[in-house]
Amino acid sequence: MDKLSEGTNRREAFVKLGIGAVCAAGVGAAAFGYEFLSPNVLYEPSPVAIAGRPDQYPVGSVTQDLKAGIYIVHSADGFYSLSATCTHLGCLTKWNADLSIIACPCHGSKFNERGVKIDGPAPRPLPWLKVWLSDDGDLLVDRSTPIPPGQFLRT
Amino acid sequence: MAKTPEGYIGELRSTRAWRSVFRGGIGANNLRRSMAVQQNVFLHLASVKIRRKSLAFRATWFLGTLSLGTFLILVVTGILLMLYYHPSVPQAYADMKDLRFVVSAGVFLRNLHRWSAHAMVFLVFAHMFKVFYRGAYRSPREFNWVIGVILLLLTLLLSYTGYLLPWDQLAFWAITVGSNLMSAVPVVGQKIRFLMLGGNTVNANALLRFYVLHCVILPLAAAFFLMIHFWRIRKDGGLYTGGSDSHE
Repeated sequence: MDKLSEGTNRREAFVKLGIGAVCAAGVGAAAFGYEFLSPNVLYEPSPVAIAGRPDQYPVGSVTQDLKAGIYIVHSADGFYSLSATCTHLGCLTKWNADLSIIACPCHGSKFNERGVKIDGPAPRPLPWLKVWLSDDGDLLVDRSTPIPPGQFLRT
Repeated sequence: MAKTPEGYIGELRSTRAWRSVFRGGIGANNLRRSMAVQQNVFLHLASVKIRRKSLAFRATWFLGTLSLGTFLILVVTGILLMLYYHPSVPQAYADMKDLRFVVSAGVFLRNLHRWSAHAMVFLVFAHMFKVFYRGAYRSPREFNWVIGVILLLLTLLLSYTGYLLPWDQLAFWAITVGSNLMSAVPVVGQKIRFLMLGGNTVNANALLRFYVLHCVILPLAAAFFLMIHFWRIRKDGGLYTGGSDSHE
């Protein structure tokens, strides 16, 4: 009787050990899988876009850089830059000079030249992006750094 | 004595080579007939006997079989399209154009793949509506309904991942919008989007990931669940024929 119960306990212990090992292997595989699927190096364009000399933008102009996906606005208060990516689902918006609005072709969101939403499903205004002058005097825009609206760069 | 075609077939079936491949083979009695189904790895998924009623058009409108038919067309045309398609930027778009204008029968295969994909989504939905409104999802077929829902999701994911592969404007913005929908998931949304695209934007990594999902992972998953789906039809007492299952 003693021998039998001892054998049963040993078997149970092995089963527990086995389950534990499978669980540990599962957690390990999930962690490895997650790490493997997250690229460590991305070959994506730099977030800093070079917008060229400030004097090419007349006062009161809104200029779209299609490649960088940003607007360079030269208002009476100074320069600022808006992201051209719609805050709804990420489509590229377009400046409509006749109506003085920024419009998204996908779901009809509309913004004014300060990025404030006028119409449509967009949940947030277009973010203002950090703008500064390089040592060479070129306008630089950091697309990865949103700033609070109302900060102008005067040249 | 002149042999009939049946005579030749009978002789072929009695050869040692035939018997070694098909084991028992087809015979004249019910036992031999059922053995022919049971002992074949493909046929054994199906029932040995089925009700005449379940073969009638009105029982199923053949929607499940038609869904399988489109799936098989998609596998064959898809494998052929893979021979001319490189999942890289910007080669993918040029390859799609080549398939349309340069490759012999390329435009036929591409359009067959495209229209079959649309048809499959429609047929799978129609199949599910038919099953739902007839009440065929009820016991003992609840689990097969669950498998069917998984197959619906796989169908939609196959459709979605295939959408990116032409690498045109429609593809790019559709996946941009779709992946941004994903980031609406609370807490982990951005992370899911990052893993799905293999980056922050729809780019070369995203194209490659969608290609692998579309051509390998999702079709294998679909084939796996299809196998269970068909086997469960037999196990759950054959196709639902309405009212009571007990009489023919």
